[in-house]
Amino acid sequence: MDVIDRLVGIAPGSALDAIRARRPEARTHAEASYQALFAPAEAGEVSATERLAAAVFVVGLHGEATTAAFYRDALAATGAAPALLAAVDQAVQAAAGQGPFGRYPAGPLSVEDSPGPAWQPDAALRGALGARLAAAFAHLRLLVLHPRDAAPEHLQALLDAGWSTTGIVTLSQIVSFLAFQVRVVSGFRTLAAAS
Amino acid sequence: MAETVLTPPAHVLPVAFTRDQLDWLPWVAPLAEAELTERHITALVDAARAKSPYFRLLARDPAALEARTRTDKDIFYNPDAGLPRAERELAAAATSRFNGCIYCASVHARFSATYSKRVEDVQRLLDEGIGADLGERWNAIVAASVALSATPIAFGPAHVQRLRDAGLDDLAIADVIQGAAFFNWANRLMLSLGEPAVPGA
Repeated sequence: MDVIDRLVGIAPGSALDAIRARRPEARTHAEASYQALFAPAEAGEVSATERLAAAVFVVGLHGEATTAAFYRDALAATGAAPALLAAVDQAVQAAAGQGPFGRYPAGPLSVEDSPGPAWQPDAALRGALGARLAAAFAHLRLLVLHPRDAAPEHLQALLDAGWSTTGIVTLSQIVSFLAFQVRVVSGFRTLAAAS
Repeated sequence: MAETVLTPPAHVLPVAFTRDQLDWLPWVAPLAEAELTERHITALVDAARAKSPYFRLLARDPAALEARTRTDKDIFYNPDAGLPRAERELAAAATSRFNGCIYCASVHARFSATYSKRVEDVQRLLDEGIGADLGERWNAIVAASVALSATPIAFGPAHVQRLRDAGLDDLAIADVIQGAAFFNWANRLMLSLGEPAVPGA
Protein backbone atom coordinates (compact mmCIF):
# COMPACT_ATOMS: atom_id res chain seq x y z
CA MET A 1 0.00 0.00 0.00
CA ASP A 2 1.28 3.43 -0.87
CA VAL A 3 0.51 6.70 0.88
CA ILE A 4 -2.64 7.42 -1.15
CA ASP A 5 -3.95 3.90 -0.42
CA ARG A 6 -3.33 4.43 3.28
CA LEU A 7 -4.94 7.86 3.39
CA VAL A 8 -8.01 6.75 1.41
CA GLY A 9 -8.23 3.35 3.08
CA ILE A 10 -7.89 1.30 -0.14
CA ALA A 11 -7.62 -2.39 0.74
CA PRO A 12 -5.70 -4.75 -1.57
CA GLY A 13 -8.18 -6.48 -3.85
CA SER A 14 -10.87 -3.79 -3.44
CA ALA A 15 -12.64 -2.19 -6.39
CA LEU A 16 -10.62 1.01 -6.04
CA ASP A 17 -7.38 -0.98 -5.82
CA ALA A 18 -8.28 -2.46 -9.21
CA ILE A 19 -9.10 0.99 -10.61
CA ARG A 20 -5.78 2.41 -9.42
CA ALA A 21 -4.02 -0.57 -11.02
CA ARG A 22 -5.38 0.53 -14.42
CA ARG A 23 -3.25 3.72 -14.16
CA PRO A 24 -0.08 2.03 -12.88
CA GLU A 25 2.39 4.78 -13.81
CA ALA A 26 0.24 7.44 -12.15
CA ARG A 27 0.09 5.29 -9.03
CA THR A 28 3.84 4.64 -8.98
CA HIS A 29 4.80 8.22 -9.68
CA ALA A 30 2.33 9.87 -7.33
CA GLU A 31 4.15 7.85 -4.69
CA ALA A 32 7.53 8.73 -6.21
CA SER A 33 6.52 12.41 -6.03
CA TYR A 34 5.70 12.02 -2.36
CA GLN A 35 9.07 10.35 -1.79
CA ALA A 36 10.97 12.96 -3.81
CA LEU A 37 9.43 15.79 -1.83
CA PHE A 38 9.23 14.32 1.68
CA ALA A 39 11.96 11.66 1.77
CA PRO A 40 14.41 12.93 -0.85
CA ALA A 41 17.67 11.13 -1.52
CA GLU A 42 19.35 14.45 -0.71
CA ALA A 43 17.64 17.08 1.43
CA GLY A 44 19.05 19.72 -0.90
CA GLU A 45 18.07 23.25 0.02
CA VAL A 46 14.95 22.49 2.04
CA SER A 47 15.18 20.67 5.37
CA ALA A 48 12.92 17.77 6.32
CA THR A 49 11.33 19.93 9.00
CA GLU A 50 10.60 22.72 6.52
CA ARG A 51 9.11 20.28 4.01
CA LEU A 52 6.80 18.71 6.58
CA ALA A 53 5.86 21.98 8.30
CA ALA A 54 4.85 23.24 4.85
CA ALA A 55 2.79 20.09 4.32
CA VAL A 56 0.93 20.38 7.62
CA PHE A 57 0.09 23.99 6.81
CA VAL A 58 -0.98 23.34 3.20
CA VAL A 59 -3.09 20.29 3.97
CA GLY A 60 -4.56 22.03 7.01
CA LEU A 61 -5.72 24.88 4.76
CA HIS A 62 -7.49 22.28 2.62
CA GLY A 63 -9.33 20.90 5.65
CA GLU A 64 -8.43 17.28 4.74
CA ALA A 65 -8.25 15.93 8.30
CA THR A 66 -6.83 12.44 7.69
CA THR A 67 -4.08 13.73 5.41
CA ALA A 68 -3.31 16.62 7.77
CA ALA A 69 -2.88 14.19 10.67
CA PHE A 70 -0.57 12.04 8.54
CA TYR A 71 1.79 14.93 7.84
CA ARG A 72 1.53 16.26 11.40
CA ASP A 73 2.67 12.89 12.75
CA ALA A 74 5.53 12.91 10.25
CA LEU A 75 6.55 16.41 11.34
CA ALA A 76 6.47 15.38 15.01
CA ALA A 77 8.58 12.33 14.16
CA THR A 78 11.39 14.57 12.87
CA GLY A 79 11.82 15.76 16.43
CA ALA A 80 10.31 19.15 15.64
CA ALA A 81 9.92 21.30 18.75
CA PRO A 82 6.44 21.39 20.31
CA ALA A 83 6.54 25.17 19.86
CA LEU A 84 6.90 24.70 16.09
CA LEU A 85 4.03 22.21 15.95
CA ALA A 86 1.86 24.66 17.89
CA ALA A 87 2.89 27.52 15.59
CA VAL A 88 1.96 25.54 12.48
CA ASP A 89 -1.45 24.72 13.98
CA GLN A 90 -1.97 28.40 14.81
CA ALA A 91 -0.99 29.37 11.28
CA VAL A 92 -3.64 27.05 9.83
CA GLN A 93 -6.29 28.66 12.03
CA ALA A 94 -5.14 32.18 11.20
CA ALA A 95 -4.79 31.67 7.44
CA ALA A 96 -7.85 29.53 6.64
CA GLY A 97 -10.15 30.70 3.85
CA GLN A 98 -12.03 29.67 0.75
CA GLY A 99 -10.52 29.52 -2.72
CA PRO A 100 -9.81 29.99 -5.47
CA PHE A 101 -10.17 33.76 -5.43
CA GLY A 102 -8.08 36.48 -7.03
CA ARG A 103 -7.74 39.00 -9.82
CA TYR A 104 -7.13 38.67 -13.55
CA PRO A 105 -4.97 40.93 -15.71
CA ALA A 106 -6.98 44.10 -16.39
CA GLY A 107 -9.33 43.52 -19.33
CA PRO A 108 -12.45 41.56 -20.18
CA LEU A 109 -11.89 39.12 -17.30
CA SER A 110 -11.89 41.92 -14.72
CA VAL A 111 -15.64 41.36 -14.27
CA GLU A 112 -14.70 37.97 -12.81
CA ASP A 113 -12.24 39.42 -10.29
CA SER A 114 -12.88 38.18 -6.78
CA PRO A 115 -10.24 40.03 -4.80
CA GLY A 116 -9.39 38.92 -1.31
CA PRO A 117 -6.77 39.65 1.29
CA ALA A 118 -3.28 38.27 1.18
CA TRP A 119 -2.05 36.85 4.47
CA GLN A 120 1.16 37.27 6.40
CA PRO A 121 2.02 35.62 9.71
CA ASP A 122 1.82 38.16 12.55
CA ALA A 123 4.89 39.05 14.61
CA ALA A 124 4.34 36.31 17.20
CA LEU A 125 3.94 33.66 14.52
CA ARG A 126 6.96 34.96 12.61
CA GLY A 127 8.95 34.64 15.79
CA ALA A 128 7.83 31.06 16.32
CA LEU A 129 8.31 30.00 12.68
CA GLY A 130 11.48 31.94 11.94
CA ALA A 131 11.86 34.34 9.03
CA ARG A 132 12.46 31.69 6.37
CA LEU A 133 9.46 29.52 7.20
CA ALA A 134 7.25 32.55 7.83
CA ALA A 135 7.97 33.83 4.31
CA ALA A 136 7.30 30.35 2.97
CA PHE A 137 3.93 30.14 4.72
CA ALA A 138 2.77 33.46 3.24
CA HIS A 139 3.63 32.07 -0.21
CA LEU A 140 2.03 28.68 0.43
CA ARG A 141 -1.23 30.34 1.46
CA LEU A 142 -1.17 32.39 -1.77
CA LEU A 143 -0.74 29.22 -3.81
CA VAL A 144 -3.43 27.28 -1.95
CA LEU A 145 -6.16 29.91 -1.99
CA HIS A 146 -5.45 32.53 -4.68
CA PRO A 147 -2.74 31.37 -7.06
CA ARG A 148 -3.90 33.69 -9.86
CA ASP A 149 -2.73 36.64 -7.71
CA ALA A 150 0.87 35.37 -7.90
CA ALA A 151 3.41 37.96 -9.03
CA PRO A 152 7.21 38.25 -9.24
CA GLU A 153 7.36 40.20 -5.96
CA HIS A 154 6.13 37.11 -4.14
CA LEU A 155 9.19 35.21 -5.33
CA GLN A 156 11.42 38.17 -4.45
CA ALA A 157 10.06 38.00 -0.89
CA LEU A 158 11.17 34.37 -0.72
CA LEU A 159 14.61 35.20 -2.14
CA ASP A 160 14.94 38.02 0.41
CA ALA A 161 14.08 35.58 3.22
CA GLY A 162 16.93 33.28 2.22
CA TRP A 163 15.29 30.93 -0.26
CA SER A 164 17.32 30.16 -3.40
CA THR A 165 15.78 29.70 -6.82
CA THR A 166 16.17 25.94 -6.48
CA GLY A 167 14.61 26.04 -3.01
CA ILE A 168 11.67 27.99 -4.46
CA VAL A 169 11.16 25.28 -7.09
CA THR A 170 11.08 22.59 -4.40
CA LEU A 171 8.73 24.62 -2.19
CA SER A 172 6.43 25.25 -5.17
CA GLN A 173 6.40 21.54 -6.01
CA ILE A 174 5.54 20.71 -2.39
CA VAL A 175 2.43 22.90 -2.27
CA SER A 176 1.36 22.05 -5.82
CA PHE A 177 1.82 18.30 -5.33
CA LEU A 178 -0.16 18.45 -2.09
CA ALA A 179 -2.98 20.30 -3.88
CA PHE A 180 -3.08 17.20 -6.14
CA GLN A 181 -2.66 14.59 -3.43
CA VAL A 182 -5.41 15.87 -1.12
CA ARG A 183 -7.83 15.95 -4.07
CA VAL A 184 -7.01 12.42 -5.17
CA VAL A 185 -7.44 11.25 -1.58
CA SER A 186 -10.69 13.12 -1.07
CA GLY A 187 -12.09 12.20 -4.47
CA PHE A 188 -11.19 8.51 -4.22
CA ARG A 189 -12.62 8.31 -0.72
CA THR A 190 -15.90 9.75 -1.99
CA LEU A 191 -15.89 7.36 -4.95
CA ALA A 192 -15.19 4.35 -2.71
CA ALA A 193 -18.01 5.31 -0.36
CA ALA A 194 -20.41 5.65 -3.28
CA SER A 195 -19.67 2.17 -4.65
CA MET B 1 23.46 38.27 -1.14
CA ALA B 2 19.93 37.31 -2.09
CA GLU B 3 19.15 36.51 -5.70
CA THR B 4 16.72 38.71 -7.61
CA VAL B 5 13.80 37.80 -9.82
CA LEU B 6 14.06 38.04 -13.59
CA THR B 7 12.61 40.93 -15.53
CA PRO B 8 10.86 39.35 -18.52
CA PRO B 9 11.39 40.98 -21.90
CA ALA B 10 8.67 43.38 -23.12
CA HIS B 11 5.61 41.32 -23.98
CA VAL B 12 1.82 41.37 -24.20
CA LEU B 13 -0.10 39.54 -21.47
CA PRO B 14 -3.14 37.62 -22.67
CA VAL B 15 -6.18 39.17 -20.94
CA ALA B 16 -8.77 36.56 -21.92
CA PHE B 17 -8.95 32.77 -22.06
CA THR B 18 -7.98 31.55 -25.50
CA ARG B 19 -7.22 28.41 -27.51
CA ASP B 20 -4.34 30.24 -29.16
CA GLN B 21 -0.77 29.13 -28.57
CA LEU B 22 0.87 31.17 -25.80
CA ASP B 23 4.43 31.58 -24.57
CA TRP B 24 5.44 31.39 -20.91
CA LEU B 25 8.11 33.59 -19.33
CA PRO B 26 9.80 32.57 -16.06
CA TRP B 27 10.18 34.93 -13.08
CA VAL B 28 13.23 33.09 -11.73
CA ALA B 29 16.08 31.60 -13.69
CA PRO B 30 15.72 28.21 -15.38
CA LEU B 31 18.83 26.11 -15.83
CA ALA B 32 20.61 26.94 -19.08
CA GLU B 33 20.44 24.25 -21.73
CA ALA B 34 24.21 23.90 -21.50
CA GLU B 35 23.94 23.20 -17.75
CA LEU B 36 21.66 20.19 -18.14
CA THR B 37 23.25 16.96 -16.96
CA GLU B 38 22.07 13.46 -17.79
CA ARG B 39 20.05 13.47 -14.58
CA HIS B 40 18.22 16.62 -15.72
CA ILE B 41 17.59 15.22 -19.20
CA THR B 42 16.19 12.01 -17.72
CA ALA B 43 13.93 14.14 -15.50
CA LEU B 44 12.58 16.01 -18.52
CA VAL B 45 11.34 12.62 -19.84
CA ASP B 46 11.00 14.12 -23.35
CA ALA B 47 14.40 15.45 -24.41
CA ALA B 48 12.65 18.11 -26.53
CA ARG B 49 11.51 19.76 -23.29
CA ALA B 50 15.07 21.06 -22.89
CA LYS B 51 13.85 23.92 -25.12
CA SER B 52 11.17 24.88 -22.59
CA PRO B 53 12.09 27.42 -19.89
CA TYR B 54 9.28 26.05 -17.72
CA PHE B 55 10.70 22.52 -17.70
CA ARG B 56 14.29 23.76 -17.38
CA LEU B 57 13.19 25.69 -14.28
CA LEU B 58 11.47 22.65 -12.76
CA ALA B 59 14.60 20.61 -13.60
CA ARG B 60 16.26 22.32 -10.63
CA ASP B 61 14.52 19.58 -8.59
CA PRO B 62 14.89 16.70 -11.05
CA ALA B 63 13.39 13.93 -8.91
CA ALA B 64 10.23 15.96 -8.31
CA LEU B 65 10.01 16.91 -12.00
CA GLU B 66 10.42 13.38 -13.29
CA ALA B 67 7.77 11.94 -10.96
CA ARG B 68 5.41 14.84 -11.77
CA THR B 69 5.78 14.27 -15.50
CA ARG B 70 5.27 10.51 -15.38
CA THR B 71 2.16 10.98 -13.23
CA ASP B 72 0.82 13.53 -15.72
CA LYS B 73 1.42 11.34 -18.76
CA ASP B 74 -0.36 8.29 -17.37
CA ILE B 75 -3.39 10.25 -16.17
CA PHE B 76 -3.87 11.90 -19.56
CA TYR B 77 -2.39 9.49 -22.12
CA ASN B 78 -3.03 5.98 -20.78
CA PRO B 79 -5.26 4.52 -23.52
CA ASP B 80 -6.71 1.72 -21.35
CA ALA B 81 -10.47 2.47 -21.25
CA GLY B 82 -11.84 4.95 -18.71
CA LEU B 83 -12.57 8.51 -19.76
CA PRO B 84 -11.92 9.36 -23.44
CA ARG B 85 -8.88 11.60 -23.92
CA ALA B 86 -11.06 14.53 -25.02
CA GLU B 87 -12.86 14.49 -21.68
CA ARG B 88 -9.71 14.08 -19.60
CA GLU B 89 -8.57 17.26 -21.35
CA LEU B 90 -11.95 18.84 -20.61
CA ALA B 91 -11.40 18.20 -16.89
CA ALA B 92 -7.97 19.83 -17.20
CA ALA B 93 -9.37 22.83 -19.09
CA ALA B 94 -12.28 23.30 -16.65
CA THR B 95 -9.95 23.13 -13.65
CA SER B 96 -7.64 25.67 -15.27
CA ARG B 97 -10.57 27.94 -16.11
CA PHE B 98 -11.76 27.81 -12.50
CA ASN B 99 -8.33 28.41 -10.96
CA GLY B 100 -7.62 31.15 -13.49
CA CYS B 101 -4.62 29.70 -15.33
CA ILE B 102 -4.89 31.27 -18.78
CA TYR B 103 -1.79 29.43 -20.03
CA CYS B 104 -2.87 25.94 -18.86
CA ALA B 105 -6.42 26.48 -20.10
CA SER B 106 -5.12 27.40 -23.57
CA VAL B 107 -3.15 24.17 -23.95
CA HIS B 108 -5.85 21.83 -22.68
CA ALA B 109 -8.74 23.60 -24.37
CA ARG B 110 -6.84 23.06 -27.64
CA PHE B 111 -6.39 19.37 -26.85
CA SER B 112 -10.02 18.95 -25.81
CA ALA B 113 -11.24 20.68 -28.97
CA THR B 114 -8.93 18.59 -31.15
CA TYR B 115 -9.93 15.24 -29.66
CA SER B 116 -13.65 15.97 -29.23
CA LYS B 117 -14.10 18.08 -32.37
CA ARG B 118 -16.52 20.15 -30.23
CA VAL B 119 -14.67 23.40 -30.83
CA GLU B 120 -17.63 25.67 -30.08
CA ASP B 121 -18.40 23.98 -26.77
CA VAL B 122 -14.79 24.20 -25.65
CA GLN B 123 -14.69 27.85 -26.64
CA ARG B 124 -17.90 28.46 -24.68
CA LEU B 125 -16.24 27.06 -21.57
CA LEU B 126 -13.39 29.55 -22.07
CA ASP B 127 -15.66 32.50 -22.87
CA GLU B 128 -18.52 31.97 -20.42
CA GLY B 129 -16.68 30.10 -17.71
CA ILE B 130 -17.55 27.04 -15.66
CA GLY B 131 -21.30 27.72 -15.79
CA ALA B 132 -21.47 27.36 -19.60
CA ASP B 133 -24.09 24.82 -20.77
CA LEU B 134 -22.14 22.16 -22.67
CA GLY B 135 -24.72 19.36 -22.52
CA GLU B 136 -25.29 17.17 -19.48
CA ARG B 137 -22.29 14.81 -19.80
CA TRP B 138 -19.77 17.64 -20.16
CA ASN B 139 -21.61 19.75 -17.57
CA ALA B 140 -21.25 16.88 -15.09
CA ILE B 141 -17.51 16.57 -15.80
CA VAL B 142 -16.98 20.33 -15.44
CA ALA B 143 -19.01 20.49 -12.22
CA ALA B 144 -17.10 17.58 -10.69
CA SER B 145 -13.74 19.11 -11.67
CA VAL B 146 -14.72 22.45 -10.18
CA ALA B 147 -16.05 20.97 -6.93
CA LEU B 148 -12.84 18.98 -6.49
CA SER B 149 -10.77 22.12 -7.16
CA ALA B 150 -12.51 24.30 -4.57
CA THR B 151 -10.83 24.85 -1.22
CA PRO B 152 -12.18 23.41 1.02
CA ILE B 153 -12.90 20.53 -1.38
CA ALA B 154 -16.60 20.44 -2.31
CA PHE B 155 -16.69 17.17 -4.30
CA GLY B 156 -19.25 14.76 -2.84
CA PRO B 157 -21.50 11.76 -3.52
CA ALA B 158 -23.88 13.85 -5.64
CA HIS B 159 -21.06 14.54 -8.12
CA VAL B 160 -20.31 10.82 -8.39
CA GLN B 161 -23.98 10.05 -8.96
CA ARG B 162 -24.30 12.74 -11.61
CA LEU B 163 -21.27 11.36 -13.45
CA ARG B 164 -22.72 7.84 -13.30
CA ASP B 165 -26.06 9.11 -14.57
CA ALA B 166 -24.15 10.73 -17.45
CA GLY B 167 -22.74 7.32 -18.41
CA LEU B 168 -19.31 7.28 -16.74
CA ASP B 169 -18.12 4.05 -15.11
CA ASP B 170 -15.95 4.16 -12.01
CA LEU B 171 -12.67 4.04 -13.96
CA ALA B 172 -13.85 7.06 -15.97
CA ILE B 173 -14.85 8.85 -12.75
CA ALA B 174 -11.41 8.08 -11.31
CA ASP B 175 -9.95 9.69 -14.47
CA VAL B 176 -12.01 12.84 -13.83
CA ILE B 177 -10.72 12.89 -10.25
CA GLN B 178 -7.07 12.40 -11.21
CA GLY B 179 -7.28 14.77 -14.21
CA ALA B 180 -8.79 17.61 -12.18
CA ALA B 181 -6.51 16.90 -9.21
CA PHE B 182 -3.45 16.95 -11.47
CA PHE B 183 -4.35 20.38 -12.82
CA ASN B 184 -4.48 21.73 -9.31
CA TRP B 185 -0.79 20.80 -9.30
CA ALA B 186 0.04 22.15 -12.76
CA ASN B 187 -1.97 25.38 -12.45
CA ARG B 188 -0.14 26.39 -9.28
CA LEU B 189 3.31 25.91 -10.83
CA MET B 190 2.42 27.75 -14.03
CA LEU B 191 0.68 30.63 -12.23
CA SER B 192 3.35 31.24 -9.61
CA LEU B 193 6.71 30.76 -11.35
CA GLY B 194 6.13 32.93 -14.42
CA GLU B 195 3.54 34.46 -16.70
CA PRO B 196 1.98 33.86 -20.12
CA ALA B 197 2.72 36.02 -23.15
CA VAL B 198 1.14 36.45 -26.56
CA PRO B 199 3.75 35.17 -29.06
CA GLY B 200 5.28 37.69 -31.39
CA ALA B 201 3.25 40.60 -29.96
